[in-house]
Amino acid sequence: MKAGILTFPGSNCDKDLGNVLREFYGIEVEYLWHTSAFAIEHDLYFVPGGFSYGDYLRSGAMAAKAPSLKSLREASEKGRVITGICNGFQILTEAHLLPGALIRNDSLKHICEWVDLKGEGEFSFLPEDFALPVSHSEGNYLIDPDGLQSLEENQQIILRYRKNPNGSVADIAGIQSANGRIIGLMPHPERAFFPAMDYNQSLPIPGKTFLDRIFARV
Amino acid sequence: MNESLIDKEGTAEEAVKLGLFPYEYDRICEKLGRTPTFTELAMFSGMWSEHCSYKNSILLLKTLYSKSDRLLAKPGEENAGALRLNDKQAVVFKIESHNHPSAVEPYQGAATGVGGIMRDIFTMGARPLVSLNSLRFGHPEKSRNRYLLRQVVKGIGDYGNSLGIPVAGGELFFHESFSKNPLVNAMTVGIASVESMASARARGPGNLVVYVGARTGRDGIHGASFASKELSNESAEERSAVQVGDPFMEKLVMEATLEVIQKKLVVSIQDMGAAGLVSSSSEMAASGGVGIDLHTDRIPAREANMQPFEFLLSESQERMLIVVEPTKYAELKAVFTKWELEAAEIGAVTDTGLLQIFHLGELYASVPASLLAKDAPRYEREVKEPVLPQAENHEIRDFANALSQKNEASAKDILTAILSHVNIASKKPLFRQYDTDIGLMRKIGPGQNSGVYRVPDSNQALSVTVDGNSFYISISPYEGVLHTVAEARRNIISSGATPIGITNGLNYANPFRPENYYFFESTIRAMSHAAETFKLPITGGNVSFYNESEDGPVLPTPMIGMVGLIENHEDALPATASPITALYLVGQFLPVLSASQYAWILRESQGGPLPQIDLAEEEKSGELILRANALKLLQGATDLSNGGAMIAALRMIFGGREVLRNSLGLTLHGSFAQSEGADKLLFGETAHTYLVAVTAGKESDLLTLAETQKVPLQKFADVTDNGSLTIGSIKMDVADLQKAWETGLEKYFR
Repeated sequence: MKAGILTFPGSNCDKDLGNVLREFYGIEVEYLWHTSAFAIEHDLYFVPGGFSYGDYLRSGAMAAKAPSLKSLREASEKGRVITGICNGFQILTEAHLLPGALIRNDSLKHICEWVDLKGEGEFSFLPEDFALPVSHSEGNYLIDPDGLQSLEENQQIILRYRKNPNGSVADIAGIQSANGRIIGLMPHPERAFFPAMDYNQSLPIPGKTFLDRIFARV
Repeated sequence: MNESLIDKEGTAEEAVKLGLFPYEYDRICEKLGRTPTFTELAMFSGMWSEHCSYKNSILLLKTLYSKSDRLLAKPGEENAGALRLNDKQAVVFKIESHNHPSAVEPYQGAATGVGGIMRDIFTMGARPLVSLNSLRFGHPEKSRNRYLLRQVVKGIGDYGNSLGIPVAGGELFFHESFSKNPLVNAMTVGIASVESMASARARGPGNLVVYVGARTGRDGIHGASFASKELSNESAEERSAVQVGDPFMEKLVMEATLEVIQKKLVVSIQDMGAAGLVSSSSEMAASGGVGIDLHTDRIPAREANMQPFEFLLSESQERMLIVVEPTKYAELKAVFTKWELEAAEIGAVTDTGLLQIFHLGELYASVPASLLAKDAPRYEREVKEPVLPQAENHEIRDFANALSQKNEASAKDILTAILSHVNIASKKPLFRQYDTDIGLMRKIGPGQNSGVYRVPDSNQALSVTVDGNSFYISISPYEGVLHTVAEARRNIISSGATPIGITNGLNYANPFRPENYYFFESTIRAMSHAAETFKLPITGGNVSFYNESEDGPVLPTPMIGMVGLIENHEDALPATASPITALYLVGQFLPVLSASQYAWILRESQGGPLPQIDLAEEEKSGELILRANALKLLQGATDLSNGGAMIAALRMIFGGREVLRNSLGLTLHGSFAQSEGADKLLFGETAHTYLVAVTAGKESDLLTLAETQKVPLQKFADVTDNGSLTIGSIKMDVADLQKAWETGLEKYFR
């Protein structure tokens, strides 16, 4: 299996994600530099966290116009599984591959912490105490009432915060496209593979629990 | 004047305007054998400023202990200190201050402080692993102080988060003296491959001098001299001397720089920090014993009609100067182009020893590089012991009275007041705004004794801390510095790491006042003594003078940065406890209430004397902790500092509750549960001492070990799962206490 990770000059979670994919899934990882189109020869794609081009305009707004995004759009038309994490989620909404938008946290502050999450639909198997780390300044998910209704009806909301940290509509932490092939997440599953010092190692690894289900779709 | 120089003359009056003293101007004329040009004078004003030349500190700094088998770069020779970690890797670390910029423009001041110290690290070919920060403000009750605090924290966070370097820890302290002159010191720790570390020494006449990174504008001109005088009411007018940061640009510069160093395309490299281009070029030439010719008209500029002196002194951020062999220039340029950065050939290395500045073919300056970079005047200033805060009567019995009267409400009020005080309360409202996890190397993040992060591609982990005690220093600087070094060392040891090196950020007021210089001079003597006793090299540091406003000087504040090594990252020790275990005090426990935060919070008493400190006792208790950890006798450890044993124990419990989501409690043991002397025993501050959570079933092993190593050991408390703090017959809810601790500072961030 082979994963493609789109990278921009300001991406900074790309290496972490690639390392986790190689170490825990034993798959090949190719980094896809922003300046060129790429052939759709990967089994799945990731758009990682970071600050694409500095994000001084709206987060992801410029990245949505990058040459590599044209290829990603093509991959989506071919039904490849695409997962955007944090800045990757922002880029996917800016590119209209996912509905809605991500604006500044209501506290106007960056938040880096573990958050308790509730899985919905296909992810409702996640345990009661499921948590993943977030680290973002713009994770406040926004969508109009009709859009929200449509997300709810199509079971496109996959993760909700149990305690809303950023002001997101309907506590939304993660969504998917109507066909379930494109996933956008503010939490970072790749950061939840190395449990904290005191973490009981016999328990499931939260990041893996989550990503396993994404791999199952490939 | 030299006939080929076309620039106007730099006069004595001009020199004074630029911040030089008349006798320094005379020295320039004497050394040059002529009067300087205006451009030359501007260059001297930057290079001979306090900030660049360390003219009032260097003679004493040279006396600091710096021996170590691990030492790779001698203090002051390269951009940062470097210590060998294993056959392949080295740790590179340093502290930098950005106090004055943060006082007038806190967001950009703090952000560019972070950017500057990051460049010092990656310039050496080291990828930054973590950063830390050490902050001082006036009390956040006042809106101006609150504004400075919030903006500084945001500036640090936004810059580091965007760059993708996690924050591993830091420290924070509030006192009125910092109201108009906050202290913002940033520390970065990076990892380099020993074999491909870069040098700042220019070599090889004929090699090209290449400028890379952001374009040059007029921002930050005279930043170095701005940092070298006192703040005043007019300082706000000097906002233009504060630089503006662009972390995205820094990320590009960092990635490209590390790539060209790793590909061995550079002869030498230096970042452009204080005094910008004149500083980087003259230092590189002087340390390599060569000359450099620069053509300022070839520099990528952001503004039109910039003059040579503006190019030379601009402190525009995110720029580097590189010396490259002509044959490798094309390959080097290709790397920078990939990262969408400009690389411009702006000059060449010469064998003249001169730094020569050309603009449109005309010569504006021709000065020996070493005269700028190495021959600044050096002064040892007069020292006079000031009137130090007098010893006060510290008979505080508030907590003892509450216990003897079995007054639960009163006991809880006292604990709540201490826990929620801004100097004790949880720092989470700060580090929640910092990415602490990026890079996936974290073992222990901020909020405990030290940050522990894995060394990439190795089994090792680094433990890092920065520590300062402005109170202790203001009361008794020599002993205060011994305490500070010892506490930083305890922070490192309680994470299971062996300390390997020290860096520092030294912050004082105007050095021309002998009473101020006294604190600096005492600091140097004490720090060197402690370092030599502990056999820890001081690998470098930063000095910031003129920290004062019209309200007076700040509390003198040396920050001690320390790095420790854990051979196997699995041996890292958290500062948390989990049930069911016992907490023991390890080491000579001699608590006093004078100079304590307890006396400050309850009585606003700031007098001494300090707790006793015996460095031999420090070594003994530290050795015991490391041995006990190697034998797996410990589940967690912390050192005693502000707030004494009680606060240390509660923090271990709070930490355990956060991680395990359970209802830990604490039952104090023996004399600690009695009212007699309770204030001093529970809240007094002491050197030498750790609080440890013993691994279940290992208590007798720990007792035996302590006995053989002759280290005092006494039981302090049992950790329970009943959610209560029990002191004799008094019980209170730990959840309430934890809430007080968590919200004490948080309310100022809402």
